[in-house]
Amino acid sequence: MADPKLGEPKLEGAQKPGNAAPAKKAATGAFTPSGVSPNRRSRHKYTIRLWAVRHSRFFEWFYHRFAEAFLLLHPVWKLFGYQRVERPITFVEKHVKGFLFDCRMCGQCALSSTGMSCPMNCPKQLRNGPCGGVRANGNCEVEPDMPCVWVQAWKGSQNMVKGDAIMNVQKPVNQSLRETSSWLRVTAEAAAAREAAAAAGKDA
Amino acid sequence: MAHIDENPLGAHLPLDPLPGHSSLGRLERVLRRGEFAVTTELNPPDSANPEDVYERAAIFDGWVDGINAVDASGANCHMSSFGICALLTRMGYAPIMQIACRDKNRIAIQGDVLGAAAMGVCNIMCLTGDGVQAGDQPGAKPVFDLDCMSLLETVRVMRDNSKFLSGRKLTTPPKVFLGAAINPFAPPYDFRPYRLAKKIEAGAQFVQSQYCFDVPMFREYMKKVRDLGLHEKCYILVGVGPMASAKTAKWIRSNVPGIHIPDSVIKRLEGAEDQKKEGKQLCIDIINEVKEIEGVSGIHVMAYRQEEYVAEMVHDSGVLKGRKPWKREPNPVDQLVAERIEMARDGHEQDQQKLAGQAAQQPL
Repeated sequence: MADPKLGEPKLEGAQKPGNAAPAKKAATGAFTPSGVSPNRRSRHKYTIRLWAVRHSRFFEWFYHRFAEAFLLLHPVWKLFGYQRVERPITFVEKHVKGFLFDCRMCGQCALSSTGMSCPMNCPKQLRNGPCGGVRANGNCEVEPDMPCVWVQAWKGSQNMVKGDAIMNVQKPVNQSLRETSSWLRVTAEAAAAREAAAAAGKDA
Repeated sequence: MAHIDENPLGAHLPLDPLPGHSSLGRLERVLRRGEFAVTTELNPPDSANPEDVYERAAIFDGWVDGINAVDASGANCHMSSFGICALLTRMGYAPIMQIACRDKNRIAIQGDVLGAAAMGVCNIMCLTGDGVQAGDQPGAKPVFDLDCMSLLETVRVMRDNSKFLSGRKLTTPPKVFLGAAINPFAPPYDFRPYRLAKKIEAGAQFVQSQYCFDVPMFREYMKKVRDLGLHEKCYILVGVGPMASAKTAKWIRSNVPGIHIPDSVIKRLEGAEDQKKEGKQLCIDIINEVKEIEGVSGIHVMAYRQEEYVAEMVHDSGVLKGRKPWKREPNPVDQLVAERIEMARDGHEQDQQKLAGQAAQQPL
């Protein structure tokens, strides 16, 4: 699956230039743990994520159907209680989105505004666009072998119908919502909005 | 006589409020008057000696409108921007306090904004900050609680709505002129102008760019910026600076994130006999080119470890057009005190009675 140009063999001795710390470390021959951030992560982790960004249009379409389905199930969630279904839904969400987007479970999903490229994978966790350190080859400043999350996001948003959402200024992450389900939150909010609209309609 | 951008009651005091101005500072006045502004960067000392800061700031006297107090640039540990600003504001300088999101969370940042504004800091520059891997302590915990955009918005809301991020009220809002950084020289190139638009929406009133060595590329960027009408909503200062040699340029290109140096620049430096002089000339040439681009409101000179050349380059490029930025005038009392101390050191004790007698007989 791995791109032959960026495959593992090249990474051994020939560190990409431009990142002082890992290059220096590699030169000393010191032990470098394989999967450790922020210096390096293994390439295979990006393959599916990059595929998802290339198919951002499909995922956008699919997510809309999916969100509608979830909203239709609102009475079911209500019957069991949102709090009780939270744990199993979070489990499913974590693994599905983790597989597809390397989701970090920030609990406030911004994927539809970021071209289906999860911004929490950015080592700086930027949610509003790329930093100034993007390398000329479009890779990350911090992790030289990772394609910049935001370069990907920009590409992904170009395929999407509502790609302009990338221009919205995102609020800072609410850290207290980590490891909670954003599917359920979005559904609950949509249901509440629908009910409020219905109530307003009745009054009028 | 006091400078037009100086409070006659004391250089360290805030200026009178002007309509349409969000700060009481000098930099905003210069920019809003439509003058070509010059800002620079102070090399932060690795010491606890205030004199180091004063000396480094004095080099720029009379040549710049603002001095950036960098916040651990390149993730290398130095005196904090907050500390530098405390010292500079005491002396009446106009520091631009940089805040990097790398090292502080939202609680610390909002507190610092209030503290800085209280000290008389009128300009705040909101940055994301380099990753910790770039610096001397790559094992540090990267914070990045906010990003530059949400930081801009946070400070703007504090200033305009007198509220913390939480919604809690401020009794006196921080009156600051908000800045941000742009880097037109990094991918995704076509997104960069929109990112500036986003920053303006979030609250940026002026921006300083990364080192500009590729003028055609910058022109292209500015064309897009003008098409979007962004140059009318925000003052754009172009980052420029001298390269000490071709070797430095090559090192910077491959080791400092986000700096794009085309091969032609390196070739020009390599071909020169005196590379340092050529680097300076190159910088002046770039200033002369970018100052003509429509929508450019000033330059930001980053002369790391070559600060003594800033005055020369600003002079030679003639961007100030004869304007004299604020200069710190030594307090006349300081000289008197120094003379007295000198006299006391030399052993001339003051005989108060004799002095009184002199004063009585020969009044001045």
